[in-house]
Amino acid sequence: MDERVAGAVDRPAGAAEIESWSCPTPVHPGERVVMGHGGGGRLSAELVEHVFLPAFGSAASTATPTDAAVLGMPGGARVAFTTDTYVVRPLFFPGGDIGELAVYGTVNDLAMSGATPLALSTAFVLEEGLEIDVLTAVATSMGKAALRAGVGLVTGDTKVVERGHGDGLYVNTAGIGIVPEGVDIRPDRATPGDVVIVSGPVGMHGIAVLSLREGLEFGTDLRSDTAPLGALVAAMLAVDPDVHVLRDLTRGGLATSLCELADTARVGVEFEESAVPVPEAVRAGCGFLGLDPFHVANEGKLVAFVDPVRSDHVLAAMRATPEGAGSVVIGRVVDDHPGMVVARTGLGSTRVVDRPLGEQLPRIC
Amino acid sequence: MKYLDEFRDPALAGRLFAEIDAAVTRPWALMEVCGGQTHAIIRNGIDQLLPDQVELIHGPGCPVCVTPLETIERALEIASGPDVVFCSFGDMLRVPGRARDLFAVKAEGGDVRVVYSPLDAVAVAEANPDRQVVFFGVGFETTAPANAMAVVQASDRGLSNFSLLVSHVLVPPAIEAILSSPTSRVDGFLAAGHVCSVMGTWQYEPLAERYHVPIVVTGFEPLDVLDGIRRCILQLEAGRGEVENAYPRAVQAEGNTAAQDVLAEVFEVCDRSWRGIGMIPASGWRLTPAFADFDAEQRFDVSDVTADEPSECRAGEVLQGMIKPDECEWFGTTCTPRTPMGATMVSSEGACAAYYQYRRIATPVSVRHG
Repeated sequence: MDERVAGAVDRPAGAAEIESWSCPTPVHPGERVVMGHGGGGRLSAELVEHVFLPAFGSAASTATPTDAAVLGMPGGARVAFTTDTYVVRPLFFPGGDIGELAVYGTVNDLAMSGATPLALSTAFVLEEGLEIDVLTAVATSMGKAALRAGVGLVTGDTKVVERGHGDGLYVNTAGIGIVPEGVDIRPDRATPGDVVIVSGPVGMHGIAVLSLREGLEFGTDLRSDTAPLGALVAAMLAVDPDVHVLRDLTRGGLATSLCELADTARVGVEFEESAVPVPEAVRAGCGFLGLDPFHVANEGKLVAFVDPVRSDHVLAAMRATPEGAGSVVIGRVVDDHPGMVVARTGLGSTRVVDRPLGEQLPRIC
Repeated sequence: MKYLDEFRDPALAGRLFAEIDAAVTRPWALMEVCGGQTHAIIRNGIDQLLPDQVELIHGPGCPVCVTPLETIERALEIASGPDVVFCSFGDMLRVPGRARDLFAVKAEGGDVRVVYSPLDAVAVAEANPDRQVVFFGVGFETTAPANAMAVVQASDRGLSNFSLLVSHVLVPPAIEAILSSPTSRVDGFLAAGHVCSVMGTWQYEPLAERYHVPIVVTGFEPLDVLDGIRRCILQLEAGRGEVENAYPRAVQAEGNTAAQDVLAEVFEVCDRSWRGIGMIPASGWRLTPAFADFDAEQRFDVSDVTADEPSECRAGEVLQGMIKPDECEWFGTTCTPRTPMGATMVSSEGACAAYYQYRRIATPVSVRHG
């Protein structure tokens, strides 16, 4: 009856679920992979918890989940290592494209451990029939993005699958970086009292991509916020090498990042809804699509937990960078309700903030 | 977009709360009919901020929730068939049937697609003449005009491969069923603004008069809902029981007459089962004989597919406002959005889902702003 009953997005092969949930349950026998398993939400976590980790056994890392693994090297150096696969559709969208995403996404995962990115691998899965011009445009964009992020593209691989078995092209990148001495950024360093800062307006990437989806085209001036965050993180570390926690906001949006961090660190997080910058166009798009802006994807934003003593300096340093110009304090880490995120609404009431069940929008990143 | 911030303004909200506080002299129970309003109330914590005497009862206005299990099973059967493209609003895909949902059918190889409009499904039918394209036509009066238009378009274009699985339900008979129930505690209604934008407000006049009950047509933004509550309380305190339009920016008394014309051409009133509630006479729409060829139940011969509701799920009591979702013994333990026992835990408009999403912990202290 509310017109938002139309729950999701038209895509020929596709499914998009809007609902949210929590409470992990084992994967049931006979169950198959559904689109939501790739959405970065609770279903994805369930695959890791109930399929990958038990199957990998003692070969799997026992460290708490982070965007990048930090590995100690002989001699004391620490190397951050991460990988990600990019299946966004359409390949080109306002403010970016799949190539740029594939570089910035992986570089940002490295940056979230405080690492200075060193090198990236690039692996392509191409669909038979893809125009070489398209591939060239994507590759060119990757080159430019790597230059901006200050990272080398050092090795790669190409495979072709038969027509109909791919979506034009998929890209995987893996990256390594060096974690500076004295820097120790991980979710379980979240400490009650920490100030929660978000680096700018949320929801832009998700709505920009969605505005181009077939069956759903709507006019918007929004551009994806796709950007490398290494320089922003470097600026933060320059004034506070003891930044406790960083997380880039990607699939699942601000809500998912905060929920994951609260869950991992077993702390509570409280924030003011009205403090979170949501561009008018994002609010409008979310309004008529029935989406929650805090669940919508970003590609150039991070959330930071920092010591309250140094938070003013960190905030000022963030605002002095182009990528962090819109940074604001939105809340605090608290002792109460460990594992749970609570928002204070504009009306003064409070509510639980949850992550989406599966993907909120199909294949945004 | 205009009309967003204006309807979330804390200072204005404070004034509305103050007016409600000043007006209330005794306990009142109001039912918000629409699930969209339920979510606005729970998400914004409006019920926490109201005076204790004002209770909000969550109504049956979630189309996904009230679609009978039988219809879900028919949808699953049709969608599993060869050469079928089954199109649906996204909310329906996770509604559990007896053993699976539409997502599972899709993962098993069924061509299940989420669309935003039934007209997109007509386009799919036109582009795939060798396949049967079915649209799952659920919803209240709000979604019905587009579904009716899809049938008209398919008919005009001679598309013999398009059909509609119809499970339309109507608000006024549901309100009447609640009012005439001996167990009803409802003193006043917030009627669903979007339904009224299609059907107008005139249908509610006889109900308000017969039962002497305030029926306030209400929107979906926080301040819309608050204003609906305020008007309802003012009527109750003054001993009035009238239809009032608190959503004039979207609703006119006569409604959308062009939409009503298409509806009258394509649909006729029928008895309809509501999941969790049961049969309500003259509470649904089915295709008229002139458009019976587009009825998916006939085309796929699934009328004999039946299913009984699981007896343990208490969604019926939730949908009738007899219990709050968190008063159900299964809530949040056996029944979660991942393992739902009923549709109210699945739909983005379902009351159980709203409580699960926003209310899983003892609510911290709330302080009104403004």
